[in-house]
Amino acid sequence: MEDKNYIRERFFPHIWCPGCGHGIVLNNLLRAIEQLKLKKNEIVMTSGIGCSSRISGYVDFHTLHTIHGRALAFATGVKLSRPELKLIVPMGDGDALAIGGNHFIHAARRNIDITAIIMNNRIYGMTGGQFSPLSGYGTRATTAPYTNIDHDFDVVELAKAAGASFVARTTTYHVKEMADILKQAILHKGFSAVEVMSQCPTYFGRKNRLGDAVDMMEHYKNSTVRVGSKKIEKNPDLIERGVFVEKESPEYCSEYDKIIQKAMGTSA
Amino acid sequence: MSNNIKFLQGNEACAEGALYAGLDFFSGYPITPSTEIAEHLSINLPKVGGKYLQMEDEIGAMCAIIGASLTGHKVMTATSGPGFSLKQEAIGYAVMAEIPCVVVNVQRGGPSTGNPTHVSQGDVNQARWGTHGDHSIITLTASNHQDVFAMTVEAFNLAETYRTPVILLFDEVVGHMREKLVMPEQDEIPLVGRLRTDCKEGVDYHPYLPREDGRLPMSDFGGSHRYNVTGLYHDMWGFPTDKPEAVRELCRHLVDKIENNVHSITRFKEYYLDDARTIFISYGSAARPTLHMVESRRRRGERLGLLELQTLWPFPAGLIREKCADARYIVVVEMNMGQIVREVKMAVKSPENVFLANRIDGELITPVDIRKFLRIIQGKGA
Ligand SMILES: Cc1ncc(C[n+]2csc(CCOP(=O)(O)OP(=O)(O)O)c2C)c(N)n1
Ligand code: SF4
Repeated sequence: MEDKNYIRERFFPHIWCPGCGHGIVLNNLLRAIEQLKLKKNEIVMTSGIGCSSRISGYVDFHTLHTIHGRALAFATGVKLSRPELKLIVPMGDGDALAIGGNHFIHAARRNIDITAIIMNNRIYGMTGGQFSPLSGYGTRATTAPYTNIDHDFDVVELAKAAGASFVARTTTYHVKEMADILKQAILHKGFSAVEVMSQCPTYFGRKNRLGDAVDMMEHYKNSTVRVGSKKIEKNPDLIERGVFVEKESPEYCSEYDKIIQKAMGTSA
Repeated sequence: MSNNIKFLQGNEACAEGALYAGLDFFSGYPITPSTEIAEHLSINLPKVGGKYLQMEDEIGAMCAIIGASLTGHKVMTATSGPGFSLKQEAIGYAVMAEIPCVVVNVQRGGPSTGNPTHVSQGDVNQARWGTHGDHSIITLTASNHQDVFAMTVEAFNLAETYRTPVILLFDEVVGHMREKLVMPEQDEIPLVGRLRTDCKEGVDYHPYLPREDGRLPMSDFGGSHRYNVTGLYHDMWGFPTDKPEAVRELCRHLVDKIENNVHSITRFKEYYLDDARTIFISYGSAARPTLHMVESRRRRGERLGLLELQTLWPFPAGLIREKCADARYIVVVEMNMGQIVREVKMAVKSPENVFLANRIDGELITPVDIRKFLRIIQGKGA
């Protein structure tokens, strides 16, 4: 029996604020991995820099805590050099889509078998609450004291357009759904992008008067619907959750194996 | 024997050296004048089951090779000035996390986009100090294809021995020039493999606990030991710490493991130093015209000699002090505004005897240029 204890207790307590959504993501990620009965030795978690990226320190896998924005590039090197490993890459929205945006679209385009989890709290948590590319027009942040004039973009649409073969969205309120989606994402062969709307009560919540963590999670419940729901016709401001793309397409490492065969002259 | 002789570019000699050393993962992004390294490896790596990965930029390429090194592979990336600038943050990560890797910079004129198709040696100090924070680093260079090959193999050996990134600082002239390379036989040049831990599964493995000899055995990602790797200051488990004594100890370790081994890391060549009154110090393509000039003036009885540096960092100050002890003039020939000359001045007893002979216009310095400098230095007029 595989050891079910996925946590490195030695490295606790964690750094997250009370009520931070990132802990909920950690919980459900571990639940998904446990349900999939994955061996700890076959999982590599790479992460960048941010509150979200600290996840990698707390889990008992092969963990690579790297530099801001580049986790997917490190993960690409790990995966292509050892394709049998499972790569899981938790990232903040700034980490994944500001400084790391280029790596994100290109990892998706290659369709390399990596599971990217974008923990979207719409703010730079670690550096103390500056606006991120996901904050959105009209929000407030320490560097948007007169309100933000930067527009956000839709992570799901971006991932789809870039060629990710599995794209999903969920929230920290919908924990069962989150674990299910993460399971599917990890099992999926190809690049999977999962956006998890995750609250930062300390900065995004406080700056935008959204109440405490519970209020923010309530808001996820009230402002989102299952993908395909009729409710969205009446209220187009609702945000869809669920799996948006799940398709088979050639995976990068498998394709490279064919290149090796061609180069060695062992393929037709 | 004739099978083993190739006529190729310096960039290809570098790629061949890397394959000889056991390279099995390369990642890069095209840039003149280094691109032929990537092209050569995209053809030849998959033939031996290795992987060539073209990333979206040089940062990504640097990160990808670090990831691949952790799974137990011998890795390399290659670039030139602008790409070398982009890689600096991730090079620092490899320094801090102690990941063996080789980074080639085929130098061109800078700053910025500079003089892309022309030679320069302007990145010597960037190789040493390009990434932020206190650290030390190994940098090798070469002036001909046989040495490009050998230094590339050395770079892999030193990267494994010291668990560190090693910079190969070539230049446009050496990279693009074609000349003969005698391919060494298998086993002719010793190779250093990955030092792996002998801890059994289930026994605690400390990725950052040096052995008595200072070396740190590694464990491949995906193997039986799971541990954390981070660019933060960390303890022997690889877990972040900001305890002052742990920070001090790790910072010291990162510098000392290289600076205390200058002697074993230093590679150089010497020509006619025994009776030389004037000693030239040069490296890379600039060493070629310097040697030419030294030899032609020797025939006329001038007591000139050349010390060709192949290890630029850690700087071999002791070697320079020793070799130049009796020299009347010490002339550093380099194609920049004076990057190694500064180090030489600090190394020798009489810095007032140290002079710079340089060229910075994108053209290779010539024997005539060097001779002119020498006449001025000797007070004989231009
Ligand atoms: C190159 C670089 N630039 C900036 C930073 C500073 N920095 C650290 S974390 C971070 C943003 C964190 O926000 P996000 O990625 O959204 O994650 P969160 O902390 O909100 O989970 C920034 C800007 C850095 N570490 N490195
Ligand atoms: S600052 Fe925000 S993102 Fe960071 S731990 Fe606190 S609540 Fe979480």
